[in-house]
Amino acid sequence: MARIGSLPAGGSIAATRQTSTRAVGRRGGWTLRGLVLLFLVLMLVYFVIPLFWLVVSATKTNDELFSTFGLWFAPDFHLLENLHDVFTYDDGIFVTWLTNSAYYAVVSALGASLIATLAGYTFAKLSFPGRELVFAIILGSIMVPNTALAIPTYLVLSKVGLVNTPLAIILPSLVTPFGVYLMRVYAEQALPDDLLDAARVDGASEWRIFWSIALRLLAPGFVTVLLLTFVGTWNNFFLPLVVTNNPAYYPLTVGLANWNQLSQAFSGSRILYTLVITGSLISVIPLMIGFLFLQRYWQGGLTFGSLRS
Amino acid sequence: MIPSRHMAKHSQTEAIQQAIEVQELAPPASGLPSALRLWRRWRQQAVIPYLFLLPFLLLFSFFILVPLLYALWTSFFVERLIGGTTFVGLQNYQEVLHDGNFWEGVRNVLLLLFTQVPLMLGLALGLALLLDSQIVRLKTIFRLGYFLPYAIPSVIGALLWGYLYSAHIGPFAQLAELLHWPPPPFLTAAGLLPSIANILTWQWTGYNMVILYAALQAIPPELYDAARVDGASGWEIARRIKIPLIAPAIVLTVVFSIIGTLQLFNEPQIMTAIVPNLIQDHYTPNLYAYNLAFTNQQYNYAAAVSFVLGAVVFVFSYVFMLVTYRRGQR
Repeated sequence: MARIGSLPAGGSIAATRQTSTRAVGRRGGWTLRGLVLLFLVLMLVYFVIPLFWLVVSATKTNDELFSTFGLWFAPDFHLLENLHDVFTYDDGIFVTWLTNSAYYAVVSALGASLIATLAGYTFAKLSFPGRELVFAIILGSIMVPNTALAIPTYLVLSKVGLVNTPLAIILPSLVTPFGVYLMRVYAEQALPDDLLDAARVDGASEWRIFWSIALRLLAPGFVTVLLLTFVGTWNNFFLPLVVTNNPAYYPLTVGLANWNQLSQAFSGSRILYTLVITGSLISVIPLMIGFLFLQRYWQGGLTFGSLRS
Repeated sequence: MIPSRHMAKHSQTEAIQQAIEVQELAPPASGLPSALRLWRRWRQQAVIPYLFLLPFLLLFSFFILVPLLYALWTSFFVERLIGGTTFVGLQNYQEVLHDGNFWEGVRNVLLLLFTQVPLMLGLALGLALLLDSQIVRLKTIFRLGYFLPYAIPSVIGALLWGYLYSAHIGPFAQLAELLHWPPPPFLTAAGLLPSIANILTWQWTGYNMVILYAALQAIPPELYDAARVDGASGWEIARRIKIPLIAPAIVLTVVFSIIGTLQLFNEPQIMTAIVPNLIQDHYTPNLYAYNLAFTNQQYNYAAAVSFVLGAVVFVFSYVFMLVTYRRGQR
């Protein structure tokens, strides 16, 4: 992010790009351009069509799922009935899952990004014995298969009696080695040493320097880690699947997978198909909205890790 | 640093003055400031940093280091109905290495690694280059559209494709029926792996594309100007300037893909519910470890499987990075 920011001012880039657009346009010709555009549009269809199918199918009854063409709407519209079914089935267990997902994701994201920011700042701006060794160990753990950790995590959690509690999902989600790495890189670029030294001369404590000066300047990085952890926790399936077996603690992903299993097992009573489909649509919407509006931060997070390496 | 030196100087002068005033009582008084100074420096350079790291390091130890060590420990034991838990050393590992089920799973994920990953990353690179070139307009719409599947939980993605593949309600089967063709063989023994490969490609191409695209955007455009003046085509610029410059980002996407593919779990787990007789409990190594632990209660053996899988992941990522590093040196 910082590297992008340090490029020459936007105006000059736009200018160079515009002139070269004209040059290439002349040479590239319309056929090449048309083919490229066709390819890009076909790819767009490929990436978007499953979502279109999801939206269309959420408006159909079970029978219509079988009797009407999947990629267009049925004559009558059953979205409201389906929504009603989803929210009332099994005493409204879906609402519980939705709240669980939101609760786990919000708490994990806030906690994880605060912890990662503090750690990243410390690695970037304080010097202490063992700094590089500890950092190397943390970085190395990114390589450890994340899912391979879930089974031993379950064993440890069951030893301390935390299995089937919200903490079993939240606590492991608070550890984001990649977040620490991102925040270190970000803090190194975004925090001038002079500023911190000036605060020290003024007699500010190290904690105060972090809390009231550094944290504010690190806000964009903080938000990025926040979003990445939020998405990671909201989408997580393996960890909650392993550490909970009580539907009251399921997040959406595990709950919907469960409904799917039931709908396939008892395909005689097909009411569950619409439940799974409409439920999936609901679970996808919050992230989609967040992702459209907070683009800058998502892409920032995906990029500033790769710019350094 | 500056304030502590400041204060130290201050207390030093004070100490000297004290020493001059009451020489007999001086020794303990002059020892105190230097101890204090040492403590201040120690606090500044070790105590405070580690205090700041404490929340992360505690959680890191508890949820990464301890589970790893614990799993390593349990993998050296065997639980028998008669005789309880006994230490068997590396016996579990020997069994894993001769376990046909495990290697069948490894074969499946390696097949994906060598077919789906190059395809997906090639597509991601192609799309990133096209969006970075000057041929295309409406870049934001394309970029957002391609990235959209990343916002969908992989479980929901797998569910969704499960329905799309369905011979009853899937639109592809419906289209085929309309044309009097047989339904496409998505969910058959032969079609299953390509079907899973398609889900993975759909879900992750956009993510990889955004990483590569951002790296491309970070290249200063001046770098192309000289090449353009020399009459290089867009393709030549892409091949000779852009791709070499974003090599680190490409390496990153490959390593992420190696780690993700070898650990594949969500998609086959969801598919198990849809086509139970096609996906065995050992379709991927991770699925195998999961089923060993939670269906068969063989925690010790499952831990050994996880470690061997971890080793496989490590070897592949490490070898890949070593090879690219060597090549970069030449």
